[in-house]
This record gives sequence, C-alpha cells and structure tokens, in this order.
Amino acid sequence: MLKILKYSFFDLMRSRWSYVYFAFYLLLGTVLLFLNNDLSKAVITLMNVIIVLVPLIGTIFGVMYYYNSKEFTELLLAQPLKRSSIFLGQYLGVALSLSMSLILGLGTPFVFYGLFESSAIWDFSLLLVTGTFLTLIFTALAFNIALSNENKIKGFGYAILLWLFLAIIYDGLFLMTLIFFEEYPLDKLSLVGTMLNPIDLSRTLILLKLDISALLGYTGAVFKQFFGTSFGLIVSFVMLTVWVVLPVLRILFKSKRKDF
Amino acid sequence: MVSIIGLHKKFGKNPVLSGLDLTINEGGIFAVLGPNGSGKTTLIKSILGMVIPNEGEIKVFGENVKNNSNYRHKIDYLPQIANFPSNLKVKELIRMIKDLRQNTSEDQHLVELFKLNPFLDKKLGTLSGGTKQKVNLVLTFMFDSPLIILDEPTTGLDPISLIRLKDLIQAEKAKGKTILITSHIMSFVEEVSDEIVFLLEGKIYFKGSISELKTKTNQPDFEHAIASILIDNHA
Repeated sequence: MLKILKYSFFDLMRSRWSYVYFAFYLLLGTVLLFLNNDLSKAVITLMNVIIVLVPLIGTIFGVMYYYNSKEFTELLLAQPLKRSSIFLGQYLGVALSLSMSLILGLGTPFVFYGLFESSAIWDFSLLLVTGTFLTLIFTALAFNIALSNENKIKGFGYAILLWLFLAIIYDGLFLMTLIFFEEYPLDKLSLVGTMLNPIDLSRTLILLKLDISALLGYTGAVFKQFFGTSFGLIVSFVMLTVWVVLPVLRILFKSKRKDF
Repeated sequence: MVSIIGLHKKFGKNPVLSGLDLTINEGGIFAVLGPNGSGKTTLIKSILGMVIPNEGEIKVFGENVKNNSNYRHKIDYLPQIANFPSNLKVKELIRMIKDLRQNTSEDQHLVELFKLNPFLDKKLGTLSGGTKQKVNLVLTFMFDSPLIILDEPTTGLDPISLIRLKDLIQAEKAKGKTILITSHIMSFVEEVSDEIVFLLEGKIYFKGSISELKTKTNQPDFEHAIASILIDNHA
C-alpha cells in the first residue's frame, strides 16, 4: 500500500493543481493577515472559507483523480497487489497531498507572522486539524461516488450535489425543522443534527473554541455546555473519525466486488 | 495449471459467460477465439481476478483466485488497450512496475529488441499506438512468469515488430511456459498456437488443435473453418 501511496502522492505533487491549491491558501493566509492585523479575526475569516472550500476541493479532486487514474488502476490490478492496498493507497495519496497543500499553504504565512508567540495557536491548530479531517472525509466520499458510477458526468454530478447538500441545503432543512418544531425542546435534536453533518460539526467546534458562542443565543449555551467540555470535544473528534472510517470501509467493500 | 469450473458472469442483465468449463495444461500456446462479445476478455480478466464471477471456481496453479492476489506473481498480462498514465515517462513506468513487482534486468534487452531507446524519456501520452503497444510488450515480457496472457498482442504493431513478437513467444514457449493468446488475426493464430479454444455465446464451442477443427468443419483452411462455425450458428 505504501508504494501505491507514494506513486499517487508524487503523481499529484507534480500536477499543476496541487500548486494552484497551495498558492491559493498561501495568498489567502497572507492577505488576511495584512488586512486584519489580528490573528483571531483572521482565523474566523479563514474558518468561513475553509469550512466551505475544503469539502468542495476534496470532493472534486477525489472524483477527478479516480476517473483520471482509471488506466493506472487497471494496470495495477493485473499486478500481484491486493485491491484494498491499491484503492487505499490512491485514496490516501489524494487526501494527504490535499491536506499538505492546506497545512503548508496556510501555515507558512502564519508562522512568519509570529504564530508561535501568539495565543491563537490553539485556535489555529484546531482549524488545521478540522480542515484535514474534512479533506479526509470528503475525498473518501468522492471515491465512493466514483466507484459506484462508471459514468463520469453522473459521478461529478452526484459529487457536487453531495457537497451542495452538506454545505448548504442541510443547514436550510435543519433551520426549517427548528422553526417548525420551535414549541418543543430542541437542544438534543440540534446537537444530534450538528453531529450528523461533518461541516456543521467542524464549524461549531471552531466557533465554540473561539469563544464567540454568545452569538449563537440559547442553543449556543447548550452547545457550549456540550462542546466546551473535554467530553464534548472527544465525542466530536470521534464523530469526525467515524465520518472518515465509514466511507473508507465502503471503498474497501465496494472495490472488492467491482469489475474492471 | 488453470482450471475453470462452471464460470458464470453477467454484466447487468447481459450474460457474457454461462457455465464455462476449461482446463489448460502446462506448456504450449493456447489461442482463445470467438466473435466480438463472446467473452474472451471477460474470461481472461476473470482469470486475473479483475472481473469477479457470479458463479464458478477458477484455480491457477492450484490456488483459488477469489480474494487472492498472490498467484498473480506467476502471471504476466498484456492488456488489450495499452492505456497508461499519460503524464509518466516510459522509463518511469518501467521502473515503477519493477518496483511494484520485483527487480529484473530483462527490460534492457527488450527495450533494445523493440528499438524503444529514443522513447525512454518521452511521456506515455505523446506516444503512438504502436509504440505504446511495444512498451506494453516490454512490461509484460520482462518478468519470468510461468503463465503469460496476451490480449490482442498484435494491435498496432509494424511487420518487423510482429516478427520479433512471434520470436519472443516461441522463445518463451521453448522455456516450457504456458501462453494464452486472444486475437482476431487468424493467420497469426494459425502460425503460433498449438491448441485453440473457441468461445461462442459464453460457452466453449470447440477445444482442440487446428487440424481437428478443420476435420470437424470439413473445411480446407483455418479461416474458413472459423467462418463456417460462425455461419452455422448465426444464420
């Protein structure tokens, strides 16, 4: 598996898109720091960008890589390699190279700005950790979609829909449910609802860490009670891990039964 | 060496292989023939484990193929359409496959044989179909495995390369290897193969030598013998 991972990783590292992605974060980080002059505010702005953009890039890159490397995959399948190591290696190659672009692209300007002397280092680290989790989750979901759809156009369509649903539509439905059932106690429901969407979960996690939960009103207090504790933090990370593990297991399951 | 019992495979609702039994003994050149869509490639891909059968059992060297990858150490496979990752250089691809399987020095000899030296630093996406097929051949023949599977090996080759390929196949046969070939070029099949397996509608219609086929169909030459099978079954 490590060999496949190595080849996929270097293949991607040589591609133009990794550099574009890296350069984008580098630029974003630098511009935000110069315009804001305040680390905490820069972190919040970054969060808003990352929460939406990282899943989108992960999904698109995952689907694109799978379809583009179809030939490579077929070549590998005829070699004495396990299917699980071929697909796991490719998945990790994509996910890790994307995570690296994110971490290096954002990290570099912040390190130069003097992150290590600032108190925002934990907020910033949390941002990078959730960004990495989101990359792992959405690349895995993208691989699932691509594995189940021979047709490229369909695959891309479903991938975009998935992103749209989790990043935007889910919130809308969630909000409507809350308004509809406003006469009932909703704190449990909204907690569970947040847990079930990795994007919402990451956003809540960062917002609460940044101590601006007052903005969230009553639910914010409930959330603070839950996520603010180390128990809540652990549960959230377990949830994010589950969001990575389940799609990865399905990649393994699906690839074992597929014809090439 | 290769034994297949009751192999069934459907793609969607379309049955491709329906209850195929085949035994291939060690040594010699076997040609798998059949009209388009008769399941030749599906059969080969099933042996390689790339296609998962719905039913049936395939054993290669006594090892069951299902959920196994180790037996592929003993197989060299030439895929039908040489689709390689286009942004890799020829040299890099050869090095990568060696890294993934095992080291060998046979590739230098083969590169020389097919005159691929000027292309080693070119990217695979820029090569012509015939040159890609030569790279494909190098990748297949550089390992010394007892079973060689060639899916349409003649595609795109010029006459000189074709002669070299035939020599190569004969040299491998002389080492006691088993070679499985599919091809639509009847003269090529007639020239190289010891035994043929004729697939029709997902089953084996005929298995035996070319002369046996000629007597069975009452035809003077191989090409007409094959044609007569097809006419009898489709007319």
